[in-house]
Amino acid sequence: MRETGGRGGKPDARLSREEIRRYGRHLILPEVGLEGQAKLKSASILLVGAGGLGSPLALYLAAAGIGRIGIVDFDVVDESNLQRQILHSTPYVGRPKLVSAKDRIHAINPHVDVELFSMRLDSGNALDVLRDYDVVVDGTDNFPTRYLVNDACVLLKKPNVYGSIFRFEGQVSVFAAPGGPCYRCLYADPPPPGLVPSCAEGGVLGVLPGIIGTIQATEAIKLVLGIGEPLVGRLLLVDALTMKTKELHLRRNPSCKVCGDHPEITRLIDYEAFCGIAPREESEENPDAVTVTDVKSRLDRGEDIFLLDVREPQEYEIANLGGHLIPLNDLPGRVHELDSSRDIVVYCHSGVRSGQAVQFLKTLGFRKVKNLSGGIDAWAEEIDPEMARY
Amino acid sequence: MATRVLIPTPLRAYTEKKDALLLEGNTVGELLAALTTAYVPLKRHLYDDAGALRSFVNVYVNDEDIRYLQKEETRVTEADTVSIIPSIAGGRS
Repeated sequence: MRETGGRGGKPDARLSREEIRRYGRHLILPEVGLEGQAKLKSASILLVGAGGLGSPLALYLAAAGIGRIGIVDFDVVDESNLQRQILHSTPYVGRPKLVSAKDRIHAINPHVDVELFSMRLDSGNALDVLRDYDVVVDGTDNFPTRYLVNDACVLLKKPNVYGSIFRFEGQVSVFAAPGGPCYRCLYADPPPPGLVPSCAEGGVLGVLPGIIGTIQATEAIKLVLGIGEPLVGRLLLVDALTMKTKELHLRRNPSCKVCGDHPEITRLIDYEAFCGIAPREESEENPDAVTVTDVKSRLDRGEDIFLLDVREPQEYEIANLGGHLIPLNDLPGRVHELDSSRDIVVYCHSGVRSGQAVQFLKTLGFRKVKNLSGGIDAWAEEIDPEMARY
Repeated sequence: MATRVLIPTPLRAYTEKKDALLLEGNTVGELLAALTTAYVPLKRHLYDDAGALRSFVNVYVNDEDIRYLQKEETRVTEADTVSIIPSIAGGRS
């Protein structure tokens, strides 16, 4: 058990005069009222991630008067976050997201008790962190943490308000509610690494996490109040480009490995391994990789190197190394543009897509093809500080 | 008889950016076969090496998951809409 000192337990749910003024618009809703507002005040919600989804969540849950909000994050605010992570602002660039989040929440509502967990959630700490909260909200950006949060919520019987985004599309649901399905009922296994692009590679409309995170906040508040129809057993899909929504029917899978009738998973597992992610050391010793400094000195010596850029044209427009542009998805149809007798160095933004391109070219018999480690971003950082970064 | 198949954002890179296609087939399996014949690189995103639908890709006829209907044998008509819903990871980043 954690040291509480007023935290962890139920705070005094009676509202002060100041709180009654603050929450007046809630209090006159028959579905909320004094009783509902007291429920919000005595409730605790854990946000996993203080990024795109976590931003509107933290702001609205604080404004709504949730008594205790926990936030798990280990990141610092980066300039490239500000396009969508409205919890953070320019003066906080370079500072921990947790500091920024706490300041912002208290500026909105000083009555909220904020608990900060500066850590990467893992199998060793997840149950202890989640245990103390009524509702968990998943605002993660990666599959290992998503499965970890799901399994931990199922094991602890905590509702998990799930949201996920990509480009212009989002998904929302409520998992692990009594009788309802969990994330594994929807997707039993994660995709192998590299097959599904991340937001860092595919981009995301800045407003989209605002829409999806706000829907998650709505669901979390409804769960606390016990009103309306929560998104249990329903997957809401939002396409911001067409502004169409769709709802799919989800069922609890009786043979689900974690919430099924005969669960195989009864304690947390190694989620990195489950998602097929190799330990970091291994990838750094990749024989197919070359460093930016190595490529720079070889180019300076006048060596013949063919640079292949496998990013998208809009990325090439921002910054490039003068490489020949063939987006990764077009590569299979345009291989004839490459000369396998030359030394080829493939690059993308950070090295992920170019790694796939190298593997693909090797299966076709290319022998002299290398992956630029860290991509054009590493080049901008180590070789050319004048280059635009994104 | 053509049925509308909705293509999710992450897979549109393989369908010439098209978000919906009209495909011929009497069952979900036949529609997906028509889809991956028209767009061959899509195949490895939908099926594993053993030829089974990947477990991070779900297929719905209207709002029902085919796993709870007749799977790929689920019959479709031109009045149905088939959706392919892969898992997406974005959020925090």
